[in-house]
Amino acid sequence: MVRKLVAGVLLALPLVVTASSGGEHLEQANTNINSQASLQRGAQLFSNYCLSCHSASYVRYRRLADDLGLTEAQVLENLAPTTEKIDDMMVVAMLPEDAETWFGVAPPDLTLVARSRGVDWLYTFLKSFYLDDERPTGWNNVLFDNTAMPNPLWQLQGIQAAVFEERAVHASLAGSKLVYAQTEHVLSGLEIIEEGIMTEEEFDQAVNDLVTFLEYIAEPSRIKRESVGIWVLLFLAVFTLFAYFLYKDYWRDVK
Amino acid sequence: MASDGVNKGRRRFLTAATSVMAGIGAIFWLIPFIKAWNPSARTKAAGAPVEVDVGDLRPGEMMTVEWRGRPIWIVRRTPEMLEALPGLDSRLRDPDSEAEQQPGYAQNEWRSIEPDLFVTIGLCTHLGCVPTFVPNAGPTAFDPDWHGGFMCPCHLSKFDMAGRVYDGVPAPANLVVPSYRFLDERRILIGVDPEGVV
Amino acid sequence: MGRPANAFSRSMGNLGQWIDDRLGVSAIWAYVMTGYYAPKNFDFWYFFGSLALLVLVSQLITGIWLAMYFKPDADLAFASVEFIMRDVEWGWLIRYMHSTGASAFFVVVYLHMFRGLLYGSYQKPRELLWVIGMLVFVALMAEAFLGYVLPWGQMSYWGAQVIISLFGAIPWVGDDLALWIRGDYVLSDVTLNRFFALHVAAMPLALIGLIFLHLMALRKVGSNNPDGIEIKELTDAEGIPLDGIPFHPYYTVKDVFGVGVFLLVAAFIVFFAPDLGGQFLEDANFEPADPLNTPDHIKPVWYFTPFYAILRAIPLKAPGVMLMGLSLVMLFLVPWLDRHPVRSMRYRGWVSKLALAAFVVSFIGLGYVGGAAGSSTLTTVARVLTVVYFGYFLGLPFYYKCEKSHPVPERVTKHG
Repeated sequence: MVRKLVAGVLLALPLVVTASSGGEHLEQANTNINSQASLQRGAQLFSNYCLSCHSASYVRYRRLADDLGLTEAQVLENLAPTTEKIDDMMVVAMLPEDAETWFGVAPPDLTLVARSRGVDWLYTFLKSFYLDDERPTGWNNVLFDNTAMPNPLWQLQGIQAAVFEERAVHASLAGSKLVYAQTEHVLSGLEIIEEGIMTEEEFDQAVNDLVTFLEYIAEPSRIKRESVGIWVLLFLAVFTLFAYFLYKDYWRDVK
Repeated sequence: MASDGVNKGRRRFLTAATSVMAGIGAIFWLIPFIKAWNPSARTKAAGAPVEVDVGDLRPGEMMTVEWRGRPIWIVRRTPEMLEALPGLDSRLRDPDSEAEQQPGYAQNEWRSIEPDLFVTIGLCTHLGCVPTFVPNAGPTAFDPDWHGGFMCPCHLSKFDMAGRVYDGVPAPANLVVPSYRFLDERRILIGVDPEGVV
Repeated sequence: MGRPANAFSRSMGNLGQWIDDRLGVSAIWAYVMTGYYAPKNFDFWYFFGSLALLVLVSQLITGIWLAMYFKPDADLAFASVEFIMRDVEWGWLIRYMHSTGASAFFVVVYLHMFRGLLYGSYQKPRELLWVIGMLVFVALMAEAFLGYVLPWGQMSYWGAQVIISLFGAIPWVGDDLALWIRGDYVLSDVTLNRFFALHVAAMPLALIGLIFLHLMALRKVGSNNPDGIEIKELTDAEGIPLDGIPFHPYYTVKDVFGVGVFLLVAAFIVFFAPDLGGQFLEDANFEPADPLNTPDHIKPVWYFTPFYAILRAIPLKAPGVMLMGLSLVMLFLVPWLDRHPVRSMRYRGWVSKLALAAFVVSFIGLGYVGGAAGSSTLTTVARVLTVVYFGYFLGLPFYYKCEKSHPVPERVTKHG
């Protein structure tokens, strides 16, 4: 009984994929890194909107060509600033010292951000910018309060403003005194106050493509990893079957 | 322990089948470890072809660039240097470049695509020292009848202005000519054969 | 020439015999394999020793290969891991095999240790076998900790910071000790480089030496079994235990099957979920170490979380560290704490069974708490579970007095 329980838990363990969101509400990104079309669109978006400030310094342009089904010429023309060669890495020209002066903090390298923050976080983040006069850039973000980053995609999405509401805070005990209903000025949602060039569906798709690309650059070998894995598992299954029959055959001897 | 005839046969089959599968598995498992020793993407990037601007290289001058960690010599040969080459054939070990030390398009009397521009890997074919460029003809300490070329200080091997090795020196072969092509009149690309070459 | 044939001379003819006369291999083979009589009733819990050996070999080979590309320099380490993942052919696979192997090692070792608790495999004459095994476990924890620091990610750095400061908590010598371990006033490149040497050379040698002793002790006293019976007490005319079977071919063949099942699970993780939701490869470690910024949530890798929970349960630094140390020491003492006349849980009474179950629940619960963000509720839970954890050991000398055990059979049984 016990061993069945343990075996069951062990075998089910790989199927556990915890999403430790820590209380934030995250939208599902639903990325598909097997779609070359999505990756190509995402790469273009990344190059146009992200690469001016953020580097992806572990990414080689040549690898992009191989994995995204593009020619070297296409990569250099569309995805790389004019000075790069095909063997270069995706590095931004901005110096970290300048970045700190302009933004207060150097824009982080984005190669691995999909692994450290997760695709759902990134998807939600890119959709959650809103106008905020009190911030130096004029922008704030629901998911990352007081971010130093301006909204890179505002032309596509349009401009969002925060919607606040007075939310009643229920009676609470402060010491021995019962403190009654107070209200909090709470951000309850976002609304578009100025349209961008994309509709909401188009923008969602664009962010999906961009996040898919980020997921790919965080682990370019993933596509190969999964395709090799199927064969490995099949082979091991057959091997284990033979091993099982061999074991059973020998153990007929044992009474 | 039970061991009648049927059992033995089945046992042998199962043992063989499982062992074979284990062996195949072991070989497949080995592949990533062996392949991991291949040049990495970073190495291949560093070993990528090198573009060189030879437009300012004057006759009689040599320039050196690095490709794949090796010195590449580019010499603008003078007409006098080229004229001297055929006369040296009898003193050379491999005057017709029969050994495969150069691509097919460099297997000619100048060992290059264009006669006036000589491209070679600047490493002595004996034990890998970098020879000295001795372009001026005339008597020298190592050769009373020198017609220009390269002399290796390590063990006194001598090569002519087309990199061909002299007889009677330790070096066994002519200097290696790498793949290269002309991109235009001023620029060559080292590491890539000319277009159309298989 | 009238000499008895052996596997060596049979398979390799005269050459085999020549080698054997000079190396004595066939005698060793007979001693550890064909002439080693193990109880015939090994169950599921007996797979994990050989699996641990398999994981050890895998870690050694994948580790050596990683060491060919990894740069133990604070400025280069993180990037060198990404270099392995992207630029080295099949580097990503070797890296994932190593990271999955590290966690798999602990899964296997914890189950292996549990078997010991379950069947009383630490009781006389196997006390030293158990103690050596515990030393292997401690060495393994050190090796795993050292290895996790190497990628020099946020979790590597801050996890090391926390653990080294634990040493700093030791009274009188703490600060000097922490400085000596670090080799610098703060965790730095100096620490990384020496951790690399320890992880790649020193600890593996220690592990291999201890495991060799572990196997030596096992061979000397012989394996226990699920029924807790000493099979050497009932032998035939030639001195061979009636309930024993030669390890080779019976257990070699059974262990090969066990390896197959294990590899299926491990391969699934390597190829389809190497992060395992952040448990095997933590999210924060995909950010380069930043000495000026602590991640929101520092936690050790899952296999250390039970002990970490015990540490955090005590609000004071030095006592917390000592209690955590004590929680390991208790495991060393089990052969002397347990006074039960019945060896295996199969035949012990309900009190022993309940106590062991409670211990398991407390260990798993502490693991969960240790990996979760701190909260007052969870601290209370941690304290309760810590009491249960220690309670198991403190009660071990007495369980037999509070229960009625079942009669232990003379001969081994299949399922108890």
